Amino acid sequence: MIAIVDLGIGNLANVRKALGGVITGDPYEIERAEKLVLPGVGNFGAVVEKLEPLRGVILDAINDGKPFLGICLGLQLLFQESEESPGKQGLGVFEGQVLRFRGVRAPHIGWNQLWKRKECPLFEGINDGAYFYFVHSYYALPEKEEIIAGVTDYGPRGREIIFTSALCRENVYAVQFHPEKSGRNGLILMRNFRRL
Amino acid sequence: MLAKRIIAALDIKEGRVVKGIKFRNIRDAGNPVELAKRYEKEGIDEIVFLDITASYEKRGILLNLVERIAGEIYVPFTVGGGIKTLEEAREIIKRGADKVFINTAAVNRPELVRKIANVVGTANLVVAIDAKWNGSFWEVYTHGGRKARGIDAVEWAKTVERLGAGEILLTSMDADGTKEGFDIPLTKAVASAVDIPVIASGGAGKPEHFYEAFKAGAEAGLAASIFHYNEYTVGELKRFLAERGIPVRLDY
Repeated sequence: MIAIVDLGIGNLANVRKALGGVITGDPYEIERAEKLVLPGVGNFGAVVEKLEPLRGVILDAINDGKPFLGICLGLQLLFQESEESPGKQGLGVFEGQVLRFRGVRAPHIGWNQLWKRKECPLFEGINDGAYFYFVHSYYALPEKEEIIAGVTDYGPRGREIIFTSALCRENVYAVQFHPEKSGRNGLILMRNFRRL
Repeated sequence: MLAKRIIAALDIKEGRVVKGIKFRNIRDAGNPVELAKRYEKEGIDEIVFLDITASYEKRGILLNLVERIAGEIYVPFTVGGGIKTLEEAREIIKRGADKVFINTAAVNRPELVRKIANVVGTANLVVAIDAKWNGSFWEVYTHGGRKARGIDAVEWAKTVERLGAGEILLTSMDADGTKEGFDIPLTKAVASAVDIPVIASGGAGKPEHFYEAFKAGAEAGLAASIFHYNEYTVGELKRFLAERGIPVRLDY
């Protein structure tokens, strides 16, 4: 069973439809799940507060080797903190920083490309340069380059930023884009996660 | 590279698509979910639903529809039409729309733009502007194009950007329905005045028109009838643009 962690934000019905599983905020249900999905939209600090009662079960699941997929803010939450909400503690699974876009238009909204940096089971059947849908103003800058699975270029030519758009380390997967809004490519990615 | 977007618009009344839809192989051309799925399959980048029910009592029908679309569709969608309050905007987002748009209410109460942006986020708020050339400037109209407001559309665009709009849906009333192309001077004037994305709307009749709008600075082009009547598929339009160097999403 896949638990889609419900933080009371947005409509996750199509995520459930693509992945199966349940949308839940119940720590016992999350504990029993075989896989976890952490979607997220909104402010880092506000979501950290909602996440607080679930922090332990989520970290246990990750440490137990259960497949975990972070989506959008769910990727950023894997780091210790974000420039968006100084002092608020993320999950701290990865080391690095979460920074605001500078010198380019923020938020970054729309369909943009995923350029693969390493093999990742999530990418099976997805071409290099595939388009996904993004909506975000912050991006992660991991300390260890080997966890970066994919990057995306954004901004006018000559001044573009290349940021991390997918992370992959053992059982922990995370994407900055929204697979649930990314048409066929998003569905393929979610099905790859379901099949892990 | 960020792609330029092709957006389809659907007019909704009491939960059903209205206006002539002549799709082949569609069982029920009035069913918004079925039509949206069809567009998604054809490669549309985004769908805009304009609710023309314009009756507060029937808002529930729209909200149920938003929920159904959110559960079935895997591309972003925007909902608007007659939104007057922060609560309505918030509810539409809560039910699963990616963005809301406001028009008349923003002109009547500009502070509403800031209020909604603060709650749902700038990225999720679109301000729609209907404009018509009056001989000396592009004038803002409200109430579905029935009421001239004496406001310069270019200035109004700058104002809503400052107030927190994340995007501008710019409809030329002069071009709308003509199928002779988007209003390029208007598109250019607004797109160069603001930093937020501008969606060109009104007048699309063939692929060249989208090319012109993107060259004029639009980030997205919106059309209804050329898709509804099967004149061009989204795929044909995108291939036309790709061949001319416009970055578009082709892997749908």
